Amino acid sequence: MPGSTQGSDLTDELLLPTVSPRRMAFNRFVGHRAAVVSVFVLGTMVLFVALSPLTARYGVNEAVQAPPNYFLSPRAIAWLGTDDIGRDLYSRLIYGVRVSLIIGFFSAIISVVIGCVVGAVAGFRGGRFDDITMRVTDLFLAFPFLVTLLVMRNMLGAIDWLRPIMGDISSVRFIIVLFAIFGWMGVARIVRGQVLALKEREFIEAARAVGATRWYIVRRHLLPNSVGPIMVALTFSVVSAIIGEATLAFFGYGPQAGAGATSLGLLVGQAKGAVNTGFWWLALFPCLVLVTIALSINFIGDALRDATDPRMQKDS
Amino acid sequence: MLRFIARRLAWSIPTLFFVTFLVYIALRIGTNPVESYKRINPRVTPEKIQQYIEVNGLDPNYVRGYFQWLVNFITLDWPRSIKGSREVWPQLKDALANTLRLGAAASTVGISVGLLLGIFAALRPGGRRDVAVNTAAFVGISIPPYVSAILLQLLFAVYWSRWFGSTLFPTSGVYPPGHTGFNLVLMLKHMVLPTTVVAIQIIAVYARYMRSSLLDVLSSEYMRTARSKGISERRVLFKHGLRNALIPVVTIAALDVGAIVGGLIITENIFSYPGMGKYFLSAFGEGDFPLLMPWMVLIVASVLLFNLLADVSYAWLDPRIRLD
Repeated sequence: MPGSTQGSDLTDELLLPTVSPRRMAFNRFVGHRAAVVSVFVLGTMVLFVALSPLTARYGVNEAVQAPPNYFLSPRAIAWLGTDDIGRDLYSRLIYGVRVSLIIGFFSAIISVVIGCVVGAVAGFRGGRFDDITMRVTDLFLAFPFLVTLLVMRNMLGAIDWLRPIMGDISSVRFIIVLFAIFGWMGVARIVRGQVLALKEREFIEAARAVGATRWYIVRRHLLPNSVGPIMVALTFSVVSAIIGEATLAFFGYGPQAGAGATSLGLLVGQAKGAVNTGFWWLALFPCLVLVTIALSINFIGDALRDATDPRMQKDS
Repeated sequence: MLRFIARRLAWSIPTLFFVTFLVYIALRIGTNPVESYKRINPRVTPEKIQQYIEVNGLDPNYVRGYFQWLVNFITLDWPRSIKGSREVWPQLKDALANTLRLGAAASTVGISVGLLLGIFAALRPGGRRDVAVNTAAFVGISIPPYVSAILLQLLFAVYWSRWFGSTLFPTSGVYPPGHTGFNLVLMLKHMVLPTTVVAIQIIAVYARYMRSSLLDVLSSEYMRTARSKGISERRVLFKHGLRNALIPVVTIAALDVGAIVGGLIITENIFSYPGMGKYFLSAFGEGDFPLLMPWMVLIVASVLLFNLLADVSYAWLDPRIRLD
């Protein structure tokens, strides 16, 4: 009798529709409504930016009409109004989002790659390398972010032999490298924590017991098992780079407006001058776009964290 | 415990020297103090430049220069600012006082409201109010301070007076231009908007911390034990739940307060509030080395001090943690 029930249990289990962990993660992600909306919002923005020859109505520095064309409120020829020298804010927002997304995406990718390598090595090897890197990152992260950023920016920009790597101090490339230099620390911390937690698990020990090399274990077991936290770190790096660039540009330390580098931060910075005169569209629309981008990416990151963390299963 | 504090304090002194040395190098490379001195004072004589180099420790050799600067700094023989040749300490003191006032107001409002919201949300996880608080906190985190500052300024500087005929909250400075002396009401009125901007961020962050910390505690074993002993629900919540949930929050708060000393740069700049952040930005923009270095030392020292405070408070509040 007991034997037969056990057998039927087993077959029941086998007959259950199997769901792969990846599929389960996807289902959890789709269950996060705000994240799904965010994906659509971001997708639309990316589409607008990618199709900028079609969607933008004027060039970056093109005036909407012959003067007087400055500070026009929103109207048919300029949907979101014009700025101090008569440029269309709507078109400039599209170009601005393009630059900001490029900065956010590339600096996040670079910092995640560096952060993964450093974090994995620090967590796996431990010892002095671990001590030193974590001390340095702690120190950097403890300081007021903007102060460190400004001081490092000026310092790196003044070192001549770095110019071939960093580019000119007022270029987009400089900003990307700058944020990559900062961004990897947070990622390294997360990856290190993950590696430390995984290192003691049985399957790693089993791999080691059958003679797998360290590099093989890192590549085959540790990194794939850390994909969730790494993805989350990636999304948050994108946001912090976009917001950070906007902050720098706001204070006039961002990329120079020429050379196609009209960024979102530059447009938000212009809003500062518009405030006391009451040209509300110059302040409202760039701010709105910036917040929308930040919020969408944050929502996506949050949903990714829930989706890739198996411990969340029982809650939802 | 005392031994731990003593050892950490002893360690923090070499750390302070080391970090200020790095800052010294970074500032010398990044702002080029001698060039900015010449730029601000175009008709300065070579003797004056030589004197400036000596009092600031700007020797071409970084190590020697740093020690020259250090000796002058420790003996309180601080060089004067390059613009207008003013004394540094009175400016720094005023800036620090202003920032501490703003930071204290914003932290008090922000942390208390944030904690209450977090508790409120965590008591019914997944409920409607939990979702509302969580979403609001998420939006709060995603709004950079300059965005909320600009929008508030637009509202109060322009539209309020246009709609209602009078200004409610002034949008810049600590006092109206030309005002002298102390006036509490005026000062508070000037602080409302900057405090709001900073508090929004703090509220959002702490609501999230508190919520997740309390949720962790509520699902722990000792809560079940406490309930099974038959203690009233209120007592379980306050005595066992909240007290434990506050431990990590207090630690984070200590770190944040340390960061506030230099961290209100954006808000202060937009509202022309004469605090540490505005001090730093204007000094940095002009490459004013004599103004920048003492500021940096203060920031480094406060970061180190509050880091220590965070560790100590953690061990003091949580008997499970031992400091050795």
